[in-house]
Amino acid sequence: MELFRSHVLICAGTGCTSSGSAQLYDRFEELLAQNNLEKEVKLVKTGCFGLCEAGPIVIVYPEGAFYSRITKADVDTIVSEHLVKGRVVAKLLHKDSIEETGNIRALDDIQFYKKQKRIALRNCGVINPENIDEYIAFDGYKALCKVLTEMSREEVIDQIKKSGLRGRGGGGFSTGMKWQFTYNTPNEKKYVACNADEGDPGAFMDRSVLEGDPHTIIEAMAIAGYAVGADQGYIYVRAEYPIAVKRLEIAIEQAREYGLLGEGIFGTDFKFDLDIRLGAGAFVCGEETALIASIEGERGEPRPRPPFPAVKGLFGKPTLLNNVETYANVCQIILNGADWFADMGTEKSKGTKVFALGGKINNTGLVEVPMGTSLKEIIYDIGGGCPNGKKFKAVQTGGPSGGCLPDELIDTPVDYDNLIAAGSMMGSGGMIVMDEDNCMVDIARFFLDFTVDESCGKCTPCRVGTRRMLEILDRITEGKGKDGDIERLESLAYNIKNTALCGLGQTAPNPVISTLKYFRHEYEAHIYDQTCPAGVCTNLLQYSIIPEKCKGCTLCTRVCPVGAISGNLKEPHVIDKSKCIKCGACIEKCKFGAIIKK
Amino acid sequence: MSVLENKDMLNQLDQVIAKYKGQKGAVMQSLQDAQEIFGHVPKDVQIHIAEGLGVTLSEVYGVATFYSQFALEPRGRFIVGVCMGTACYVRGAKNVLDKMVAATGTPVGKTSEDGRFTIRDTRCLGACGLAPVIMINDDVYGRLVPDDVPGIVDKYKEL
Repeated sequence: MELFRSHVLICAGTGCTSSGSAQLYDRFEELLAQNNLEKEVKLVKTGCFGLCEAGPIVIVYPEGAFYSRITKADVDTIVSEHLVKGRVVAKLLHKDSIEETGNIRALDDIQFYKKQKRIALRNCGVINPENIDEYIAFDGYKALCKVLTEMSREEVIDQIKKSGLRGRGGGGFSTGMKWQFTYNTPNEKKYVACNADEGDPGAFMDRSVLEGDPHTIIEAMAIAGYAVGADQGYIYVRAEYPIAVKRLEIAIEQAREYGLLGEGIFGTDFKFDLDIRLGAGAFVCGEETALIASIEGERGEPRPRPPFPAVKGLFGKPTLLNNVETYANVCQIILNGADWFADMGTEKSKGTKVFALGGKINNTGLVEVPMGTSLKEIIYDIGGGCPNGKKFKAVQTGGPSGGCLPDELIDTPVDYDNLIAAGSMMGSGGMIVMDEDNCMVDIARFFLDFTVDESCGKCTPCRVGTRRMLEILDRITEGKGKDGDIERLESLAYNIKNTALCGLGQTAPNPVISTLKYFRHEYEAHIYDQTCPAGVCTNLLQYSIIPEKCKGCTLCTRVCPVGAISGNLKEPHVIDKSKCIKCGACIEKCKFGAIIKK
Repeated sequence: MSVLENKDMLNQLDQVIAKYKGQKGAVMQSLQDAQEIFGHVPKDVQIHIAEGLGVTLSEVYGVATFYSQFALEPRGRFIVGVCMGTACYVRGAKNVLDKMVAATGTPVGKTSEDGRFTIRDTRCLGACGLAPVIMINDDVYGRLVPDDVPGIVDKYKEL
């Protein structure tokens, strides 16, 4: 085996790739060759490190130097200083990774990582996802070997049940029970499937697992196949995730070469193989019966359950369907035991959960924390709070099916049941932070716009009902809200919730219900006072000039397209509100911050 | 003029149909391959697929219009996707989109007259850490403010 004195890990997840990490890799390669360091320094393309905010990220071991926001020119410095002369380049390190004394802080001690516990993401940012040997070196395929050679099918299902693992895609149903139901249905042909149609806006953990550790999904699906009695699996993945698809293809090919997929795996008579199916852009396909219709090549419309997929699924056969993050926990449960897993988390939510932190937060990225960690710890201790000193207003969890939780609930320990009790839900783990500049009515309208667009049209409550809700919200944000609109919204919301066919429709009103519950005053301000407190809804804003700040430079009079601003040179200007079309051109150009909208 | 008048493309389409005919999920896979060949799937192509696979046109049309991936009209050389995921939205993606519409002179969902740009408001691209984000063909631009847009567009006007 080759030995290297240094390892350079370069993040090749979607976030860092978007900010140019592939070019960094090429530059490193070129410079290492020039300096004859190829035999001493190993370059590794890894999956996502999680802290996308600081990307592109480069980590150099053994020092554990955490370089953030690296440019091509910085690569030259890192090679000449760090790799040639052995001096860590302090000025390029992430700000949290230097102690007051000047020493380098270990990666795990950085604020962002300190409270995290990485199980599903354990290999992301650690191994090269395109190299099966690296996965094997980190106990890869050991769990599959264990179940095939040491455990009965019933024992495997028992372990998963005892672990308390629940579906990470949003439903939160017991994974072990799902396995048991599929096992119980007698049939000579069964399937396992993986739901990688990650459609919740603002959630990207499944993509990161597929990009950073594709083999763990293959291994877990093979284990599931053994347990429930299936020999064929399908991974249904969004076509919008090209890197994930490519890495999965590579991983499946490598697993076949090593005999870890195919016939006679680990010398037993167990056979299992996998195929990828690409989603074609329909949010409803994340719903399990719709996903199955889509794999079969039909319109991805859901159908009533029962029968559940465990009884009648893909091509009419019993099918086990789990989400990516759920599968990502399976191998660790098999290796470490159900009790190890069940020791983490809360009474009814075990283990960890990955959240995608985004929106108005300093450390955007992926975090994995034990269930029961409070919103406050996630948003402030890990996420670093809102940028630019703005005041936190709400956090949205659960995507279009979830809700917005206000500051009063910031101490809520996050698990399935607490979030539902608070009027939101876990969903797939998107966590979007909003500050004082976000209008909650506008956010509710944004989500309804999404569901109206994505409603498949099969059932009336969802097809027609969500559209009626959107019309009312449009009206309110345009300043045409009427007395009684709030009550109409409420009545529609409860009716849709109770009558829609599938999860998409049943949860579609949640963003409205939760914002009405916690931010009703904002709705009332729009309707009765004709104002948007956050200053977002254009029609409700008035532009005006603060005379004390205006220097009379006349710039705004020149950019105003309708001639609504007047005033003499070096004298404060005024805006004629009857002419103003609220385009915002003046605010953009004013150098003195003299123009305000509210 | 029908795109099927191009004999080479028609030939490729017939091969696709022959490959999937009789298989499960043939309609969707044929449409995906057809879109690779023609760049979009107009009515003529859908009719040809329906007749070739021996299914009704309504089934093909039903699938083609259900999934946002399929384009029924020709698309521009540069497909501009402005991400409208939640993370981008709360960080001002709407203003970026407005600026994009102004800079290209093309409304959302349409293609510019010279066939250069197609403007789309897309679903979450999963690059939430870089919000707000746009994607032009395979290139991603992140951490944008509206004023960055004209410069980016100009680059593609010269290509």
